[in-house]
Amino acid sequence: MLAQRLSLGLVTLFVISLIIFLGVSLLPGDAAQAMLGQSATPETVAALRLQMGLDQPGYLRYFSWLGGILQGDFGISISNQRQIGELLGGRFANTLFLAVMAAIISVPIALTLGILAALYRNSVYDRLVNVITLSSISTPEFFVAYILILVFAVNLGWFPSLANVSPDTPFFARIYACILPATTLTLVVVAHMMRMTRAAIISLLASPYIEMAALKGIPKWQIIVRHALPNAWAPIINVIVINLAYLIVGVVIVEVVFVYPGLGQLLVDSVQRRDLPVVQACSLIFAATYVLLNLIADILSILTNPRLLHPK
Amino acid sequence: MSKKVGKKLLEINDLLIEADIEGEWKPIINSLSMTLERGEIIGLIGESGAGKSTFGLTALGYTKPGCRIVSGSIKLDGVELVGKSDAELRKIRGNRVAYVAQSAAASFNPAHTLAEQFTESPVQHGKMKMSEARKRSVEMFRLLDMPDPENIGERYPHQVSGGQLQRAMTAMALGSDPDIIIFDEPTTALDVTTQIEVLGAIKEAVKARNVAAIYISHDLAVVAQMADRMMVLRYGDLIEEGNAREMLANPKQEYTQKLLNVRSQRVGRTGLDEEDIQLNVENITARYPGTNIDVLTNVNVNVVKGKTVAVVGESGSGKSTLARVITGLLPPSQGSVKFHGRELTPALKTRPKKDLQSIQMIYQMADVAMNPRQKIKDIIGRPLEFYLGITGKQHDDRVLDLLRKIELPEDYAERYPLQLSGGEKQRVCIARALAAEPELIICDEVTSALDQLVAEGILDLLLNLQKELDVSYLFITHDLATVKAIADEIVVMYQGGVVEQGAKADILAPPYAPYTELLLSSVPEMDPDWLDNLVEKRQRGELPTSESLGQS
Repeated sequence: MLAQRLSLGLVTLFVISLIIFLGVSLLPGDAAQAMLGQSATPETVAALRLQMGLDQPGYLRYFSWLGGILQGDFGISISNQRQIGELLGGRFANTLFLAVMAAIISVPIALTLGILAALYRNSVYDRLVNVITLSSISTPEFFVAYILILVFAVNLGWFPSLANVSPDTPFFARIYACILPATTLTLVVVAHMMRMTRAAIISLLASPYIEMAALKGIPKWQIIVRHALPNAWAPIINVIVINLAYLIVGVVIVEVVFVYPGLGQLLVDSVQRRDLPVVQACSLIFAATYVLLNLIADILSILTNPRLLHPK
Repeated sequence: MSKKVGKKLLEINDLLIEADIEGEWKPIINSLSMTLERGEIIGLIGESGAGKSTFGLTALGYTKPGCRIVSGSIKLDGVELVGKSDAELRKIRGNRVAYVAQSAAASFNPAHTLAEQFTESPVQHGKMKMSEARKRSVEMFRLLDMPDPENIGERYPHQVSGGQLQRAMTAMALGSDPDIIIFDEPTTALDVTTQIEVLGAIKEAVKARNVAAIYISHDLAVVAQMADRMMVLRYGDLIEEGNAREMLANPKQEYTQKLLNVRSQRVGRTGLDEEDIQLNVENITARYPGTNIDVLTNVNVNVVKGKTVAVVGESGSGKSTLARVITGLLPPSQGSVKFHGRELTPALKTRPKKDLQSIQMIYQMADVAMNPRQKIKDIIGRPLEFYLGITGKQHDDRVLDLLRKIELPEDYAERYPLQLSGGEKQRVCIARALAAEPELIICDEVTSALDQLVAEGILDLLLNLQKELDVSYLFITHDLATVKAIADEIVVMYQGGVVEQGAKADILAPPYAPYTELLLSSVPEMDPDWLDNLVEKRQRGELPTSESLGQS
């Protein structure tokens, strides 16, 4: 089963790489034109195309691109002539750092809020949590981000408004710098995870084994935590993972607002500069992250299923 | 625990319970009273909707969601339970009063081992430490005759058979030495042969620990084995109450008499000589795709035109798989299915419409076999269009005609399945099968989900239709009472093979095949001493047991 999922993941990645390549090729103009700008004569553009191998048919370019990636060579950035691999490495680490930090804050909060909402469902608390989390998910991220900046950076002056980190920023300074972006992300993802936790638990509360636990005299919170939660993991894990993927892939806006040197900002800059090789590489990394996280979710779902874990 | 002399262990007085039915509070228990002495077993009997579970559960101070206690009192050892807080009731539940649910498979949490679930209650109530509770579980598993009591607690519910789970649930109920155990149809979901063994184990354990019990069941014969006293309930009212033996010997109320008579055997039909064989199942061996275990091995079955062949066996014996092979849902790996001597193609997809039309099916769950968004006339009318090409006025007339045949009023044509009762739904399914004008109808446990009296009506209908239309039935069931009632021929299946096939009179009369004898002797009888006698006979080796047949 595991091998099947792994190979399926690889096939998905392959298809995605094809789509990315085709999508980028469909854009008007090409890298040569972008590099030389609008004033370039057709002759110089043609010469550059020849030099960059852009005159070759699409499928050849695709395979040489793919072959390069398989050997760890993402190609060369057009805008600054650096190895894309080098360019991505630091940026990706930054994005991961922010994502992990946001996850460490948001996942426990979401789980706790969700379990409590299930425990006290239809109470004032339940409604309040629902209203707050739903409002925060309905507010655009940039708006949340600017409000946080206004309150905590401008008015109170507690945290920096710019999360400008460099490779030699010490660990704690990094965390300090990332507090506002991480909070923004938390506010965005908590609602989804919390609501799924609540729904997954509540959907089990009508099960005969929950009634049985109640008739054994088990307190309500223990019923939720010991009897409902272990059977609700599969859907909860899936939602958590979707949100983790979002924390990595969907942080573009937050990175731009806080000028955080992550992969998302690199992607936006590269699109502006028409640095197509970088755009392709970023997209591929995002896609790979998504596929990998979903694979992990599948595996975890299997691991939490006693039927699969303890065969007859 | 102080035992106060002169006080009943449980005293329920004038209890009125209402349920929220479509936004309106309606009474479902009408001022019922009950008393229970220490060590006494009382049986609550009734069909579904009688309120027997609702009433029984009140001994825990519990009502199902959507129900409320309006008035009355429930006294446990003189202490009133009505109006107690959840926290106080929790101290009683699983401690002084324990519960054994109908489906142990659904009532054990799939995420925890049996021992984890056993120890939970005694530890929670502060009666034992974890290690003591663990020892206690071994003791109780042994008391209930579970295999390998030292280690079976380490297993997860899905790793244990249904019969073992039901024993484990009873063991769990005994775990914290309760005064009362409520058994809510504990053996209804089990096969007859398993039911007998579990019933025996429960009876012995209850006797050994001298606990009082409330035994809830729709099956009078089962209750008769367990209870000292019985209460017959219907629609939340008490019909009759009294000593179990007296009630069985001399039921006072008409309703009780009806319940008692359900199992009386009908006269079998004779005249099986003309050998117009309609369906021929020859040497079928079949397995489900992706598995390597044969569910059926070398099965041979014949159905004679216009007759009823009952296929009887326990769950896992392959009876439903046989139906799937005949209908083409599961192509066999070997063997063939012949209809009037002509071989049918193995797979449904390749069968011509005419072949599909001549074999129809009726399922156990009428609920899920019908589209809830279609009107009855569309459900019945579809085969008319599809197989016979009948449309327009003729079509509508046929639908009404079919409704008359299944003894439902004509205005039911405009109704939706949800507006029908369980028995009525099954009638509609019968009408749908008949609409195709089939020669053979496969009935897969069609009465198993119905109450006894309703099931009775369905069987009568099927027999009348057979007389009228000369259709044959392949009747799949685990219930020997049903077999006795309607079969002309019987096929006994066991572990994927046919044990014997023959005329009803031959199969149901000695000499028996050993497995057939085990099945027959396992059907509860309306005799309070039946279980004890049976256990005795089996111990003396006069009757076969599952073990003597090498069954797991």
